Amino acid sequence: MKAVVTVMLKPGVLDPQGKAIGQALAHLGFADVGEVRAGKVFELELAETDPTAAKKAAETMARKLLANTVIESFRVDIP
Amino acid sequence: MKAGIVVFPGINRERDMAIALERASGRKPRMIWHRETDLQGLDLVVIPGGFSYGDYLRCGAMAAQSPVMDSIRAHAARGGHVLGVCNGFQIMVEAQLLPGALLRNASLRFLSMDCHLRVERTDTDFTAHYQRGQVIRAPMAHGDGNYFADDATLDRLEGEGLVAFRYVEPDGTVTPAANRNGSVRNIAGILSPNRRILGLMPHPEDLVDPLMGGTDGAPLFEGLAASLVSDRPAA
Repeated sequence: MKAVVTVMLKPGVLDPQGKAIGQALAHLGFADVGEVRAGKVFELELAETDPTAAKKAAETMARKLLANTVIESFRVDIP
Repeated sequence: MKAGIVVFPGINRERDMAIALERASGRKPRMIWHRETDLQGLDLVVIPGGFSYGDYLRCGAMAAQSPVMDSIRAHAARGGHVLGVCNGFQIMVEAQLLPGALLRNASLRFLSMDCHLRVERTDTDFTAHYQRGQVIRAPMAHGDGNYFADDATLDRLEGEGLVAFRYVEPDGTVTPAANRNGSVRNIAGILSPNRRILGLMPHPEDLVDPLMGGTDGAPLFEGLAASLVSDRPAA
């Protein structure tokens, strides 16, 4: 079963990469783009077959390693 | 002073650190591979700079999961001293030995240059050989040195006097311009509540010999060597 973990910087944490990407989009002529935030996506192939248990396991992995919860929040999706 | 230097794959400042420690203490530090777990007998454990695990995931995130880290936590819990420089500081915050996080430099640029640091307190074994408010020069070389912590953590750090060094102008004033990486409140280095754990981004070990262009970093190591005398030979 697949789990998808999306990790984003928390609101209020400066994201210079997102800012630079936003500026590059503006240079390309996409004038109507507001704030851009950059994040990370992890696809995990899990042996677990129960979606609830898989989500719980992925959340533990996110808290322990995939996200630094001091600066990042995460979301787990079981697609 | 019996010191050990932890070596992870991708660490590259361990020999600089060894030179600084040996100059100050007269004793060669022990090199500790990250799979080792025996830190018995060490007064000081140093996590040096570099790019452990290629900075994969986040700087320091992979190294923070290494077998040696539990031993470092136990060493810290025993009241042992721990020094983390650059990637070492990043590893320490990832391992939650110190609070906060180190983000990408606000400029997005890798910074390889000297900076000026103000010594915020001298009643620690790391800073005892400096003067309070003294401004020292230190090289820095990092892409992710932008210290961040939430306001409650920052207020606690400031309230308990746990900010060890701040980025300043050569005259000691705190300005945004002196704060090249964008760290909150110009913080360059912080201490644990018992003041035996220090993490900082700049490299005092790279300024300990006139041949290196200066000796501003030497007092940090001399202070440690003078305080941690457990192995001083009997007279």
